[in-house]
Amino acid sequence: MRAQDILMPVAAGLCCRPGGFHIDPVRPVERAVITHGHSDHARAGHGAVLATQETLDMMRLRYGDDFARTTQAIAYGEEIRLGDVAVKFHPAGHVLGSAQVAVSCKDTCIVASGDYKDAPDPTCAPFEVVPCDVFITEATFGLPVFRHGDAAEEVKKLLASVALFPERAHLVGAYSLGKAQRVIALLRAAGYDAPIYLHGAMEKITHYYQSRGIGLGELRLVKGMKKADLAGTITLAPPSATSDIWTRRFPDPVTAFASGWMRVRARARQRGVELPLVISDHADWDGLTATIDATGAGEIWVTHGQEDALVHWCTARGLAARPLDLVGYGDEDEADAPAGEDVEA
Amino acid sequence: MNRFAELLDRLAYEPGRNNKLRLITNYFRATEDPDRGYALAALTGALSFKHAKPGLIRDLIAERTDPVLFALSYDYVGDLSETVALMWPKASINHEGSLRGSPSPQPSPTRGEEVAHKLQPSHRSATGKPANPSTADAELLSVPSPLVGKGQGEGYHEHTAREQIRPDHNNPPPPTLTDVVTTLRTLGKTELPKQLARWLDELDETGRWALLKLVTGAMRIGISARLAKTAAAALGDKDAHDLELMWPGLAPPYLDLFAWLEGRADKPVNLDPAPFRPVMLAHAIEDTDFADLDATDYVAEWKWDGIRVQAVSGRDEHGNLQVRLYSRSGEDITKSFPDLLPSLHLPGAIDGELLVLRDGRVQTFNVLQQRLNRKVVSPKLLKDYPIHLRAYDLLGEGDGDLRELPFTERRERLEAFVGKLNDPRIDLSPIVAFDHWEDLRAARADPATASAGEDAEAVEGVMLKRRDAPYLPGRPKGQWWKWKRDPHIIDAVLMYAQRGHGKRSSYYSDYTFGVWTGDDDGEQLVPVGKAYFGFTDEELLQIDRFVRRNTTEKFGPVRHVVHEPEQGLVLEVAFEGLARSPRHKSGVAMRFPRINRLRWDKPPREADRLETLERMLKADSAKQAVAVESH
Repeated sequence: MRAQDILMPVAAGLCCRPGGFHIDPVRPVERAVITHGHSDHARAGHGAVLATQETLDMMRLRYGDDFARTTQAIAYGEEIRLGDVAVKFHPAGHVLGSAQVAVSCKDTCIVASGDYKDAPDPTCAPFEVVPCDVFITEATFGLPVFRHGDAAEEVKKLLASVALFPERAHLVGAYSLGKAQRVIALLRAAGYDAPIYLHGAMEKITHYYQSRGIGLGELRLVKGMKKADLAGTITLAPPSATSDIWTRRFPDPVTAFASGWMRVRARARQRGVELPLVISDHADWDGLTATIDATGAGEIWVTHGQEDALVHWCTARGLAARPLDLVGYGDEDEADAPAGEDVEA
Repeated sequence: MNRFAELLDRLAYEPGRNNKLRLITNYFRATEDPDRGYALAALTGALSFKHAKPGLIRDLIAERTDPVLFALSYDYVGDLSETVALMWPKASINHEGSLRGSPSPQPSPTRGEEVAHKLQPSHRSATGKPANPSTADAELLSVPSPLVGKGQGEGYHEHTAREQIRPDHNNPPPPTLTDVVTTLRTLGKTELPKQLARWLDELDETGRWALLKLVTGAMRIGISARLAKTAAAALGDKDAHDLELMWPGLAPPYLDLFAWLEGRADKPVNLDPAPFRPVMLAHAIEDTDFADLDATDYVAEWKWDGIRVQAVSGRDEHGNLQVRLYSRSGEDITKSFPDLLPSLHLPGAIDGELLVLRDGRVQTFNVLQQRLNRKVVSPKLLKDYPIHLRAYDLLGEGDGDLRELPFTERRERLEAFVGKLNDPRIDLSPIVAFDHWEDLRAARADPATASAGEDAEAVEGVMLKRRDAPYLPGRPKGQWWKWKRDPHIIDAVLMYAQRGHGKRSSYYSDYTFGVWTGDDDGEQLVPVGKAYFGFTDEELLQIDRFVRRNTTEKFGPVRHVVHEPEQGLVLEVAFEGLARSPRHKSGVAMRFPRINRLRWDKPPREADRLETLERMLKADSAKQAVAVESH
């Protein structure tokens, strides 16, 4: 069976005809398989949803109890049959509960990796290489200029700044689901044990991480704090809030932003970031290329991001590669929900 | 080098002056000699070596990367040094020629939180035999873990770090700033590419970026020499003026300076025969100040719209005359004005204004501007823009320091000194006679008829100097006053607003404004300038609110603000002058524009028109003295 008869891109997302489902559909479908909880991948309104328990919980937190007609939780390493195909979930290392979906039909195995990273992350299960015939990779950071480095070093930069400017507040823009909790965990790992403050928009999801046994230390809400008392503190906030009038409650804030985009100066400057922290939940160029090699796949489908460079790289190595024209998947750092006084609860 | 690179990196993003100071001082405190000295030299522009051309950098990266990937990356990043710094392949992973030119994707799971301790043991054993002992010794002690394996590659978990350690574990540590600077000084042109490649192999991303900026001479990180010196002075709680005074006698890596700043040695003596002296500055006078001032205590001069300069001549130990020109911040600008140097043929220190004179007439600042910030001073430039020094104070003569003398005595000495120089390129700034403040007010309003004559165009107001004032550094209260002419004023319409930086990053504080222009297609607004100050904190809040409520479109940090004939915000904009500018759509550029007042009362249709600016421009460039304001 040809790979494109097993999985093919359609308007609603990646469609598996023989299995009768879509992966991360952007429109409501009868049966959806969801890789992870970010809102561009996990949408409400599907009939049946198959995902990890964590992903289902996150969808419930965001959309309410009736986000789908029925749900089914699946564990990493667990395999189930859907129609003519077998579906198996493997950790993607992206955020808590994130999974790669291996779809096997007869002799052909396709892995849809969703979003992934191969760097260590104390808040989620580590990425696992899944040997396959066709590997579907993201390309968010699919240019050789993106090399993310050691996230712990970036957190050291943040702590050095806090030490140097004790009278200022440090405001760290970080995506609410995943990045924020990883930054907090990294701060704790670096020995920072003061309370860490949160923008109201990340309260629920952060508490969910804690409820899953991820140690994040003492967390407090910014709301209700006196300006002077925020001197010398670290606050995590959705990226859009860090340039919002919300920031006026902080004493002379240092604006940091934790994102793989911070590798490129123009991107950081454009956002008015004073302390760029190169911390990414996506694989960097070296990670993407090494993972493609490691899967042993002979055919690579490249989606959302810088497809051109990665397709070129694959082709130069003698791999069959093509961009998958899927629409509707954003870059969570850029497409963060508006936050501010109105959203903060 | 990596530490200096981190400093540059942080400075590049930090908008606040005081925060920059703190970052630099902190670097000086944490960094050893002589690295910090070379850093100070780099920040003050005191390093000299032949810069590498961008072509060389391009060649280096072309040898190492796939051209398509480089083109895509360069296109994305937009800056050559940065692109090369980011995509430079890790050294020594790149063996075996397996890559067909593309950056290495080889797995080396040495990234991530657990990397450091895994790598350290094997690295330490590696450093026992540095490849380049001459540069490595000092660095080994201070940088135990050069960024081997940091960042690159990836880490899936079947492998262990140990299997992946590079085969050639003889990697030298990254170069120190001292290594780089001292090597570049003596390096031949043909050796440069190889040496540069070696350094790029050894440094991390930020280090490579800083190195490339340094060797191409394109640092541009928004740090003035003055700021760097102030930061150094702060290391020892010293006044930046003291440092400025001794600066011309100091040389990189400034070991004596840092020893003094840290209290380990006496103050370095400035042996410079032509040193800079900290300048005396004036306060802007307000109408209310006159009540307490007695007109007879003061002498008035025209305030010339040129460049404040200190012209110093002195004899060195061989008896040769050394001549230097300093900007008001103490920056040595001698090289830019070779045409003035022969005129300064007697030992002395003149405080004055640099102007361009043609046929004995002072040209406007716009003309003078052609002479500023030039790397190469061509004969044509010297001929077309002849430089002139208008002297208004004498700080020293021969070996004598005159700064303690009262102004009137210094003035007498100055008149005699300029007389002795007897050079057409140097003249005296004339005294403006007055008995009462009202006389001076009239002279200020119409300098042309009040003795400035045809030079009136280059007069931007009057200076008041107390007759008994000694020459004091800084801005002492009540000694010197500046009384500027009233600025030009127009009413313009707010068109776009952009968020500010630092403290203002949540405010729309940078405003683009326009005036009306019309053709057959109807009336439209054309942008004529940008302003980001002049308003009060309260007004900033009001404008910010207006911008947020009246945005029609958003482009990243920029907002289109409604600007229709009946709907929009009129800003009263004050500015100092106008110049023709082909770079602006309107064809004019404003000097020193600022928001004077918010005209909530005025509908946009009543704002000024481009023709008003055109008229001002004509009046400005006409020989007539007073630019007529349109209202």
